[in-house]
Amino acid sequence: MQEPHEPADRAIVVKDVRKRYGDTHAVDGVSLEVETGEFFGILGPNGAGKTTTLEMIEGLREPDSGEIRVLGLSPWPRNPRLLPRFGVQMQVSSFFERLTAREQLRAFASLYGVPQTVADELLERFGLTEKAGNRVEQLSGGQAQRLSIACALVHDPDIVFLDEPTAGLDPQARRNLWDVLRDINGQGKTVVLTTHFLDEAEILCDRVAIMDRGRILESGPPAELVRGLGSATRIAVRAGTLPVEEAAGLFPDAEVGEDEVSLTIATKDPSGVLSVLAGKNALTGLSVRGATLEDVFLELTGREYRA
Amino acid sequence: MRGFPTLSRIMFLGFVRDRAAMFFTILFPLIFLIIMGGLFQSGGAPQSRLITIGAVPMIDLLPAQGRAEVDKVLQISRLDDAEQALTQVRNGDAAAAVQQRGDQVVMHFSAADTTSSGIVRSVMEGIIQAANLATTGQPPRFSLTLNQVENKALPQIQYLTPGILGWAIATGATFTAASTLVLWREKRILRRLTLTPVRFPAVTGARVLVSLGIALAQTVIFLAVAVGFFGLKLASHWWTSIPLILAGTLAFLAIGLLAGAKAKSVETANAVSNLIVIPMAFLSGSFFPLSMAPQWLQNVAEVFPLRHLNTGMLDSLARGLDPAAILPELGILLGFAAVITTLAVWLFRWNDI
Repeated sequence: MQEPHEPADRAIVVKDVRKRYGDTHAVDGVSLEVETGEFFGILGPNGAGKTTTLEMIEGLREPDSGEIRVLGLSPWPRNPRLLPRFGVQMQVSSFFERLTAREQLRAFASLYGVPQTVADELLERFGLTEKAGNRVEQLSGGQAQRLSIACALVHDPDIVFLDEPTAGLDPQARRNLWDVLRDINGQGKTVVLTTHFLDEAEILCDRVAIMDRGRILESGPPAELVRGLGSATRIAVRAGTLPVEEAAGLFPDAEVGEDEVSLTIATKDPSGVLSVLAGKNALTGLSVRGATLEDVFLELTGREYRA
Repeated sequence: MRGFPTLSRIMFLGFVRDRAAMFFTILFPLIFLIIMGGLFQSGGAPQSRLITIGAVPMIDLLPAQGRAEVDKVLQISRLDDAEQALTQVRNGDAAAAVQQRGDQVVMHFSAADTTSSGIVRSVMEGIIQAANLATTGQPPRFSLTLNQVENKALPQIQYLTPGILGWAIATGATFTAASTLVLWREKRILRRLTLTPVRFPAVTGARVLVSLGIALAQTVIFLAVAVGFFGLKLASHWWTSIPLILAGTLAFLAIGLLAGAKAKSVETANAVSNLIVIPMAFLSGSFFPLSMAPQWLQNVAEVFPLRHLNTGMLDSLARGLDPAAILPELGILLGFAAVITTLAVWLFRWNDI
């Protein structure tokens, strides 16, 4: 059978894919491309269609229409040649009950026909050696997520799919996991991640696709998306540091406002504003905040981002 | 079949580490066996108590051999106060009281317990007939020899073991099937497995293998306890119960799968399994013989695979019938397994995998 030719640098190609459940258009014409070695994020609030999109790429669900290629192959129907080439971490940690962490990982290793030593090396790499003899039920949220990701990597896949890997973790465990994910991508693996945390996507991903209501609203590198907004940088100092009227006079092009806590100056020329404030020695309680993906989402949908 | 040994190992560990499952499939049925085995160990009806009011020469002068026979059935004690003796009969503390006035033996009994007083009455009549015959000096012309159709050494345990073992196997297979497949569906493990090179038949194959192993382990433990502590005697073709047990396990796995087909959680699946297994155990004669039940109920019981497993095991383990005698039950059990599996596979919520 001849496979359609795909450029080698495209790990995943999705063309105008649709999926509906009853009257709900879960995925309504999604197209995206992920390059080999890229860290790609699918971003959006719950119910945006991220998981369904991912499940169609993994070959778990059949698209109603459209075309999907993963490493040049079609994932649907179940493609045994493709399965060993990608690893999947599920949204809910689906562990075999009453096994220890080591048994769990070794089980996945033997399901893929990989030597048991690989499983033990992964335990070490994911900092789980100490917990190797503990039942999976006794692991903390962060440990369980790390074990679950280790299970997805045990057969050394080219592509790794992660569905909300940091959901339900405390900030410390999230940061810890980010290091793990960067490390995986650093080894040359293509990583596709869904998340509803905008900061996570901004920090980790080379490119993101922002999804809402089954459609991709925008995609590109996070910094470019934010810059593309051309929105103002918000500079704030403690209220009373400078009278509002004086600030408004000093920065006629900026938007100046004050509440009980701070005086805020929204400007497109942050360096100019900061040097004037510094000259007046009025930098008490200074904070500078650029636009984020949250602002991009607000701009695209006209509503506040709610995970 | 790829993944089959690994999945079997996973399911085996999942079972032996599950204390609740171990309790309900092995220990709990054993406790049942011990309690019921102990209850019936004395065998037959308990002795009836008979009070003699004052001297009753008819009983007192029985020859030693005759007295020994009577003592097997009656526990005789003497009380000289007639009023007190009658009170005991009225209260049910004694089955009857007898007194003798010359050639006349008077028996006092309560209508409340006709069985016990009936036993006393027939014994007393026997004694009196024997005495009458003795006074004629003639040898008896007719005699009655009693012969139990089962081996005389056969205790109740012979009938109890197959029934309770059948119930234990039904519980084990039904609940493990429901819990693995439903739990694995709800926890998305089945979905996770479809993304590995493992195919679905390896999953069901492993479940069947582990459940058959559990059933055989239950059988070994049960027979060991029954033989070792309660004097169960295995009939010569007892091994024919093994294919029956394996076929029964397949049928119960199918029931478990059916119970879990629509259930949204393991708890629901287990509740549905209970709703099926407990009435099935009673109606299949696992705890008491079904021969006392009305005919229509016995007919209803035929729809349960456990009924056929129990009948087959009784024939094989206790009655020691020919190996060929179990074939009809074996066929029925396999038929059940096939039909119920088909139904369960059809109803199973595959879309939620």
